[in-house]
Amino acid sequence: MESALTIHRLQFAFTIMYHYLFPQLTMGLALLIVVLKWLGLRRGDAHYHRSARFWAKIFAINFAMGVVTGIPMEFQFGTNWAAFSTFAGGVIGQTLAMEGVFAFFLESSFLGLFLFGEKRLSPRAHFFTAVMVFLGSWLSGYFIIVTNAWMQHPVGYVVDAAGNVQLADFWKFLFNPWALWQYAHTMLGAVVTAAFVMAAVGAFYLLTDRFVAYGKQFVRLGTIAAAVASFLVAFPTGDVQGRNVARHQPVTLAAMEGLFETKKGAELILIGQPDMQNLRIDNPIHIPNLLSFLTYYRWKAEVKGLDAFPRELWPDNIPLLYYVYHIMVGLGTIFIAVSFLGIYLLYRKRLERARWFHWILMGIFPFPYIANTAGWMTAELGRQPWLVYGLMRTAQGASPLVSDGNALFTLMGFMGLYALLSILFLSLVMRTILQGPEPGEKES
Amino acid sequence: METFWFIAITFMFTIYVILDGFDLGAGMVHFWVGKTETERRIVLNAIGPFWDGNEVWLIAAGGTLYFAFPRLYAASFSGFYLPFIIVLWLLIFRALGIELRHHLHHPVWRIIWDRSFWLGSWLLVIFLGAALGNLIRGVSLNDQGYFFTPLWTNLRPTPNPGVLDWFTLLFSAVAVSTLMVHGANFLALKTGGLIQERARRIARNGWYALTASSVIAVGATHIIRPTFWDNFSRYPWGWAIVVVSLLAWAAMGWFSRRQQDGRAFLASSAFIAGMAAVTAFAKYPVLLYDMEYAERQLTIFNTASGAYSLKVGMGWWIPGMILVGIYFVYLFHSFRGKITAPPEDAGY
Ligand code: HDD
Ligand code: HEM
Ligand code: HEM
Repeated sequence: MESALTIHRLQFAFTIMYHYLFPQLTMGLALLIVVLKWLGLRRGDAHYHRSARFWAKIFAINFAMGVVTGIPMEFQFGTNWAAFSTFAGGVIGQTLAMEGVFAFFLESSFLGLFLFGEKRLSPRAHFFTAVMVFLGSWLSGYFIIVTNAWMQHPVGYVVDAAGNVQLADFWKFLFNPWALWQYAHTMLGAVVTAAFVMAAVGAFYLLTDRFVAYGKQFVRLGTIAAAVASFLVAFPTGDVQGRNVARHQPVTLAAMEGLFETKKGAELILIGQPDMQNLRIDNPIHIPNLLSFLTYYRWKAEVKGLDAFPRELWPDNIPLLYYVYHIMVGLGTIFIAVSFLGIYLLYRKRLERARWFHWILMGIFPFPYIANTAGWMTAELGRQPWLVYGLMRTAQGASPLVSDGNALFTLMGFMGLYALLSILFLSLVMRTILQGPEPGEKES
Repeated sequence: METFWFIAITFMFTIYVILDGFDLGAGMVHFWVGKTETERRIVLNAIGPFWDGNEVWLIAAGGTLYFAFPRLYAASFSGFYLPFIIVLWLLIFRALGIELRHHLHHPVWRIIWDRSFWLGSWLLVIFLGAALGNLIRGVSLNDQGYFFTPLWTNLRPTPNPGVLDWFTLLFSAVAVSTLMVHGANFLALKTGGLIQERARRIARNGWYALTASSVIAVGATHIIRPTFWDNFSRYPWGWAIVVVSLLAWAAMGWFSRRQQDGRAFLASSAFIAGMAAVTAFAKYPVLLYDMEYAERQLTIFNTASGAYSLKVGMGWWIPGMILVGIYFVYLFHSFRGKITAPPEDAGY
């Protein structure tokens, strides 16, 4: 049973992390495409429409990947987490069903129109379909975040006679304060990804001297969007998220920060390896008092360390949790630095010529994906050992009758299948980028 | 209120089978109707703008099932673990077959994705039919209301069946023949020329297979689950559904022979809806039978979410479905008419 649980967890983690590689670009790009279409309408410049069409091609490939990897997610709550589904279905079934009814239908119907309908529809109607695709994808993000936020911070429920949870207050559940900040933070993370991807493609065109007009446009729009989103992802949204964790999951915060002892005026650790044998951070580099300040806005405030909690409440993989959290925050800082540098160059009118900067832009695009994945790992590892915080342990959630052999079979199947998907996806996107946005041979 | 959700979910799954059914049917027959590269492209373009939206019915139906009857969702998804995951993989393969084919012009590439589309469609339909068979046959639940069924054991429906046995495979045969006719009707409606003629021929001949397999399946149901028709004696108005289904069945054959493709397509849709309604009517209020102990079976009452939840759900489900109806009418209206000359690299 123990090993079956591990495999269920690995399978869920693997499939959800893989899935989330695609929606983040979908959601971010949907916004940027709306911006491009809007600029095109406003300025009457066909370049913008052509750019929008080019990004729509990449969007479509990415979307298809999001769909095919998303369907397993929906099923896995039942196949692998049957006990959890029985327990929590009365609450989270609500948002999962609403996501299907409101978001997925909206998205898929209007995507068909957006992709196949540019000739059949008027420019305004076509813009409208782009807005609807954007709305659909952001709505779908909201419902899924509400679901996840409820697992992090359950509200609006009662426990029924059978010991399962049932919904008691729909609006409280739907506007869970945890969800609002988590949503803002996650959506901004998605925009960071899309903005850097757009800038990277633009930089690639400029460095190879092809499609130069588009390259400039992508670098400009990408840099501006990246700067705005990178800033907002850290402040206020990341900051508030951190303080929500401190308030509702203090043991998680201690583990994320690598704080083993309760302290007044706790330091913020920048670098160092958690040593679980001796319960300390090896070779730390830290800034005194900063953690207290960031958490409570007082330099000398007391922050609870891991020693304040019994061991069975500690997250079960503290080193990993600590690393992924530091990776996210570290990368977030780098994104701010790079994109603000870009804004400075733009202001000095050097952005389009600074080839050294184009190299940076081109190289940086994988990192937002890493930051987003690391962020989710922080949230999910930090929630351990709970599946629903304070209500149900992860160990109780798995399907009771699915054996480890069966689970391993499907885990390996997913790994093989997704490896194949990755190859296909990368080669198709590369091909689209190399073909470029020029209307040449074939129009669609 | 549980009854409302029982009907709502039956409705959603039925719409799924009708809509995605023609995609699947088209996938099963596309080598037979499309002999050349151009013809196969026409077949794909006929379903191109629709299949994704159609598949969302499955996702939304699954989500709604989870919402309304979480215990059933948990028990059946984990109990049919392997077939469900395999269905997921097949859905992925089918989607790739449709979406990736037009990105490269190399013949090998196209053959791979044509095959993948074809095989994915066939196997999906076989599993879909077997799922229906399992719902009628039942499983062995434990006292917690969980079960685990392997893919197959010895192909016998008792005492220790797998997901596939001769009885459920019989329903696979019904599903294959029905959706083949349904898909062929759709293609006949959306295309012209040779493709249309071939599709019509499949629809005409498939109708006989459909008739034969349905008759045998109904007979077998008498053996495996003799109580299946009890609800009809309890509520005789249920026979009206049976009569409508029979009329739809007759209309399918009639319109196919007279080459009235649109009507034939409507008739096959009505036939699918009729079969689903008959099954749902007969099973009500049971969702999953237990093969030995009647008291263990999962019904809409012992698996439902709390009353508050179900009530709130009605508040968004009904307006939501109206919106979805509007999208679909708009979508099908925008892409109405026949697919003729396929533009190279149609779409994006
Ligand atoms: C580009 C992506 C990205 C970047 C640069 C950041 N984050 Fe983040 N973060 C996410 C993307 C993300 C995410 C993927 O969206 C997460 C995972 C779950 C969630 O709600 O958002 C997340 C979670 C997350 C959590 C965990 C909440 C929990 O335990 O439930 C905290 C405390 C922060 N973030 C804080 C920050 C701070 C202080 C940042 C400063 C730079 C930061 N994030 C940058
Ligand atoms: C609505 C959204 C989500 C829900 C309901 C959800 C739910 C779950 C569940 C049920 C598990 C398995 C139990 C466990 O090990 O804790 C899990 C684990 C995990 N999830 Fe999430 N998840 C969501 C979103 C995400 C996303 C988007 C990611 C990453 C991109 C993610 C990353 C993980 C990881 C890494 C684990 C493994 C943790 C571990 O094994 O210790 N989750 N989540
Ligand atoms: C366990 C959690 C999750 C489940 C059950 C899930 C389920 C799904 C499903 C079924 C689809 C296909 C929809 C279609 O056919 O149109 C999908 C796509 C999508 N998902 Fe997820 N998902 C999960 C996690 C997430 C998270 C955490 C986000 C965002 C924050 C997200 C955002 C999206 C978006 C925007 C799409 C649209 C397609 C795309 O983006 O490529 N999902 N998801």
